[in-house]
Amino acid sequence: MRHLLSAADLSLSEITEILDLAEEMSTVQDRPVKKLPALRGRTVVNLFFEDSTRTRSSFEIAGKWLSADVINVSAKGSSMSKGESLRDTVLTVAAMGVDALVIRHHASGAPWQASHWIDAHVLNAGDGTHEHPTQALLDAFTLRRHFRSADPSSAERNGQASDFTGKTIAIVGDLTHSRVARSNVLLLQTLGAEVVLVAPPTLMPSGVDSWPAANTTDFDEVLGACDAVMMLRVQRERMSGGYFPSAREYTIGYGLTRARLGALRPGAAICHPGPMNRGLEISADAADAANSLILDQVAAGVSIRMSVLYQILGGAEESVASPVREAAVR
Amino acid sequence: MDADQIARACARMAHQVLEANRGAAGLVLLGIPTRGVHLASRLAAAMAQVEGERIPVGSLDITLYRDDLRRNPTRPVGHTYLPVPVDDAVVVLVDDVLFSGRTVRAALDALGDIGRPRAVRLAVLVDRGHRQLPIRADHVGKNLPTAASERVSVRLEESDGVNEVTIARPSDADGATPSSFPSERTADADGAAAPGEDR
Repeated sequence: MRHLLSAADLSLSEITEILDLAEEMSTVQDRPVKKLPALRGRTVVNLFFEDSTRTRSSFEIAGKWLSADVINVSAKGSSMSKGESLRDTVLTVAAMGVDALVIRHHASGAPWQASHWIDAHVLNAGDGTHEHPTQALLDAFTLRRHFRSADPSSAERNGQASDFTGKTIAIVGDLTHSRVARSNVLLLQTLGAEVVLVAPPTLMPSGVDSWPAANTTDFDEVLGACDAVMMLRVQRERMSGGYFPSAREYTIGYGLTRARLGALRPGAAICHPGPMNRGLEISADAADAANSLILDQVAAGVSIRMSVLYQILGGAEESVASPVREAAVR
Repeated sequence: MDADQIARACARMAHQVLEANRGAAGLVLLGIPTRGVHLASRLAAAMAQVEGERIPVGSLDITLYRDDLRRNPTRPVGHTYLPVPVDDAVVVLVDDVLFSGRTVRAALDALGDIGRPRAVRLAVLVDRGHRQLPIRADHVGKNLPTAASERVSVRLEESDGVNEVTIARPSDADGATPSSFPSERTADADGAAAPGEDR
């Protein structure tokens, strides 16, 4: 794997490999020495043009636990605030001889664009309203664990591919602005799950019928049929106009309220990529319920990112280096 | 080596491990994936027959500690499982073939990050020589003199459906079924063929 730009680029076997390796990586958290030497001497730069707590810190921890050197560059407090372009910033950082760039940007496609400018590996840590592949991977990791603990024989019975077959997963809320939803739809489709998208008409993306997922505007209709519900954050910072009349009305139609919690299938998993707007898209009862996997998702973040960093940086470099980069290496 | 010879070697090594440790107290067997884990289970079964108690068996994957990660495409990582804490235990590392010693070096590093055993011993089914590091085995099933370019392959029933140890000349091995061999042997062979490049 050279870059991680989109969940669509991952095959079923690649996803399974990443999830299995993340299982191994998760044991590092319980060890006295939380360090593996696999990426010693590699440099990873977290280039964040947008605010983030969990994604950036978990990429940082993941890199450090694999013994890579991790440097954080954020838009605030760097030359980006002086008006330097994305291209110049990326080229500047890459010219310092880094091995991988983890990029979050408010423009969709920025990491893809960057991967064409430089020879270093590029990992998409969220680009605009496009994709957030590591979030989808950690969601799949968390759900796979949940499904396996509910039915321990499932993994042995039919092989790993079967963990998601026959499972229905609803993704609910602000689909238009959600990169998490797009990556999840693509990844869950590859894994073989049935995905149902639920959103008010104003937040249903245009062209949603071409997505590999069913869609509906009636949340209550699908409640009893899902094995997992993924609640999405209402992204007020990306909303310019009135997508719904009031927060209260949104909650009534699309929030995971206490009443809807009761209508869920017993044992159905509740996920939320965070940060949560408690009381808006998810009630405190649902967020803190026994079958809520929200904190497991956070814990999975480091393991998944260790796994992805190892898959991308763990082996020999393919010989695609440009003359400039060759000279820098020497 | 055929199936009977492997079985006899395992039985003898089980006795030797117990004798050296004066019983089974504090012993933990850690196999190095893939075939080391199978051998560790066999040793433990043989030891249980002698001592009448279960010896904890685990696996220790050393992929992330290898010194040649950067020379090969990304390697798949195996499973690490510790049945009991290794602190103050007598850990017996079990592997199929002892060659360059680099796998064992990596295993010692991995073990150091997991805990602090009272002692670490090494049991291998085959010692084929050509060490590149100052490492030796405590218990050896069979010493097998080989040329550095030859390839020793251990097949065990658990993973390969048959019990045998064979030596192949490099030309045979390339044409035969290279993918069925444990990949680390290939890398070690590369290292042996070009010692000048080793760090």
